[in-house]
Amino acid sequence: MNAHALVVLDTQAPRLICRGEWSLTNLSKIKADFQKIVWPYPQVLTVDGQAVTRMDSAGAWLLAHSLKEIASKGLETSLQHFSEQAQILLALVEKRAIEPAYIPIPVLKRRNGIEQLGYTVVQQLVELKNFLHFTGELAFEFVGGIFHPQRWRWNELAAVIGKTGVQALPIIALLSFMIGVVIAYQMGNQLRNYGANVFIVNLLGLSVLREFGPLITAIMVAGRTGSAFTAQLGIMKLNQEIDALNTMGVTPGQLLLLPRLLGLLIALPLLTMWADIFGILGGIVMTKNMLDLTAYDFLHRFHHEIPLRALFIGLGKAPVFALLIGSIGCFQGMRVQGGADSVGKQTTRSVVLAIFFIIVVDAIFSIIFSRLKL
Amino acid sequence: MKNLVEINKLAFQRNNRSIFKDVDIFIPKGKVTAIMGPSGTGKTTLLRLIGGQLLPNKGSIKVAGQEVPTLRRSALYLLRKRIGMLFQTGGLFTHLSVFENVAFPLREHTQLTNAMIRSLVLMKLEMVGLRGAMHLMPSELSGGMARRVALARAIALDPDLIMYDEPFSGQDPISMGVLVKLIRMLNDTLGLTTVIVSHDVQETLSIADYAYVISDGGVIGQGTASSINKDTSLQLQQFLRGLPDGPVAFHYPAPYSLEEDLMSETTDV
Repeated sequence: MNAHALVVLDTQAPRLICRGEWSLTNLSKIKADFQKIVWPYPQVLTVDGQAVTRMDSAGAWLLAHSLKEIASKGLETSLQHFSEQAQILLALVEKRAIEPAYIPIPVLKRRNGIEQLGYTVVQQLVELKNFLHFTGELAFEFVGGIFHPQRWRWNELAAVIGKTGVQALPIIALLSFMIGVVIAYQMGNQLRNYGANVFIVNLLGLSVLREFGPLITAIMVAGRTGSAFTAQLGIMKLNQEIDALNTMGVTPGQLLLLPRLLGLLIALPLLTMWADIFGILGGIVMTKNMLDLTAYDFLHRFHHEIPLRALFIGLGKAPVFALLIGSIGCFQGMRVQGGADSVGKQTTRSVVLAIFFIIVVDAIFSIIFSRLKL
Repeated sequence: MKNLVEINKLAFQRNNRSIFKDVDIFIPKGKVTAIMGPSGTGKTTLLRLIGGQLLPNKGSIKVAGQEVPTLRRSALYLLRKRIGMLFQTGGLFTHLSVFENVAFPLREHTQLTNAMIRSLVLMKLEMVGLRGAMHLMPSELSGGMARRVALARAIALDPDLIMYDEPFSGQDPISMGVLVKLIRMLNDTLGLTTVIVSHDVQETLSIADYAYVISDGGVIGQGTASSINKDTSLQLQQFLRGLPDGPVAFHYPAPYSLEEDLMSETTDV
C-alpha cells in the first residue's frame, strides 16, 4: 500500500480510503492513484473521507465522477465520515448523476466562402449608402452656408489650413526632393546607355508634375491629416462632445466637418505645387551629379519642353484628392462608437480607404486624359 | 400649459429589439422629474428621443407643445437651444478652457459683446462654484468639477428644460452631495424644468418631485418619492432596494441547467 497515495483500497474491510488534500492542484495525482487500484469483485464498498484535510469543488467533482465509474463496474458504494463542507460539495456535483439524453454542444456558426462574400458585399453597400448620405448632408450644409456667410467658421478654417498645410511643408519638401532624386537616378541610368542624357528633363518634368507630385502629396496627407481627422472626430464622439454640440443647436457639419474639408481643399493644391518644386529640384541635383547636366541647361530645356498643361493637370487632381481624403477621414471619424478600440479601427480604415481611392481615381484620370489626348 | 414634455404611447425599436412599448410620461413644468430604471432599459435613449436625436416608431413626443419627431431641421435646432443637456461624461470640449466651454453656446447663438458674455459666463460659473477655475482646461478638472462646468454650460442659454443623464454616477459622496444640491437649487432659482435620468435611487428621490421607474420597455411605477417607496410591486421594490434576486433574476438565462452543462462532457476527464 502506497503511503503517499491520496486514495487507497483497504482490501480487508473492504473500504476506499480518501485522505490528504482533494483539490485542484492534486487532481492529476488523485486520478493516477485511482487508476492504480485493483477493484475487488462486486460487493458493497465503503468510502471513508475521515482523513481528507481539504476538499474543493474540483476534488468533489473527481470523487463523484470516479464513484460513478466504480458503480459501472458493479460495486455499490456508500460515503462515510466526510466533513459537512465536503458533503455539501458532493451533493452539489452529484446532482449530475441524472444522465441527460444528449446535449448538443452549441457550435459557432461559420459562414462558408460564398456566404462570407455575400455578407461582405452587402456590408460594403450599406457603408457606401451611409457615405453617400453623409456627403449629401454635408453638401446641403455647404449650399446653406453660401447663403449665410456669417455661418462660416473662419478661425476653424484657418486652423485647419495651418495644421494640414503649413505644418506639412517640411516633410512634403523632403519627400518630393528624394522622389526627384530616385526618379532621376533610375531614368538617368537608362538614358545614358543611349546617350540621350538631355531627355531626362522631359521624363522628370512630366512624371513629377503630372503624377508624382500630386500622388505623393495626397498619400502623405492621407496618412498625416486623414488619420488625424478620424481620430479627432472619433475622440470627440466618444467624449460626447458631438452630442453636446447637437444639443446646443450647432451642427457638427458647420463647426467641425466643413472647415476641415474646405481647409484641405485649399491646402492640398498648394502643397502639390510645393511638392512639384522640390521634386524638380531633387531631379536637378541628381542629373548634375550623374549626367553632367547643369542646372541652367536643365531649366532652359524644361522651359521649352514641358507644357504648362502638365502642371495644371497635376494641380487639377489635387482638389479631387483633397475631397476624397477629407470626406473619408471625417466620415470614418463620425462612425466611431463604443470604445477606444473603435477609434483605432476607424483610423486605419480611413487611411487605407483614402489611399486606395486616391490610386483608383488617379488611374481613372489617366484613362480619361489618354482619351482626351492631354 | 401644465406639462412641458408630454410623451404618449411611445414605442421605439432598435435593431429589432423593442426598447419602449407604449410608454406615457409627463414632465410637469417647473418641477424636478426623475426617470429611473436598471441599466440598459433605455433611459438615455429616452432623452435622445425627447431631444429629437432619435425618431420613435410610434407615439407622440411633445416638447413645449411642439411635436418633436415631425419638426423640420431648423425648427428642431431652434428647439434644442431651449433644452440644456448634461451628459454622462460631461462632453466638455477638450481644446477649450472652462471659460470658453461655458461661453461657447453664448458665442454661437447670441450677438452679445465680449464684456457681456464674460459677465454671463462668470455668473454661471459662480452658480456652480467654479468661478476660480475659469482658466483651467478640462483635463485639469476632477470628474465632479467637469460635471459642474458642463452644468454651467448647459444653463448658459437659460433653457426652459434641462436634462441630466446619470449626473451622479461615479462621483464621490461630496461631489454627489454638491450635484444633488445644485440640481435642486438651479431648478428652483432659475425656474427650470428638470429631468434626471439615473439609477442612484436615494439621491435622485431626495430631490425629485415626481419619479418614473421604467423597466422592460414600460413604466413599472410612478409617483412622489414617498408613494413610490410604499409601492408593493415586487419589480419596483427589487430596484429601489437593490435586491440581488427577484423579478430581475440573478442568473442570466442559460439554455441548459447547471447539471446538464456539467454533464455534457465531450471528452472524458
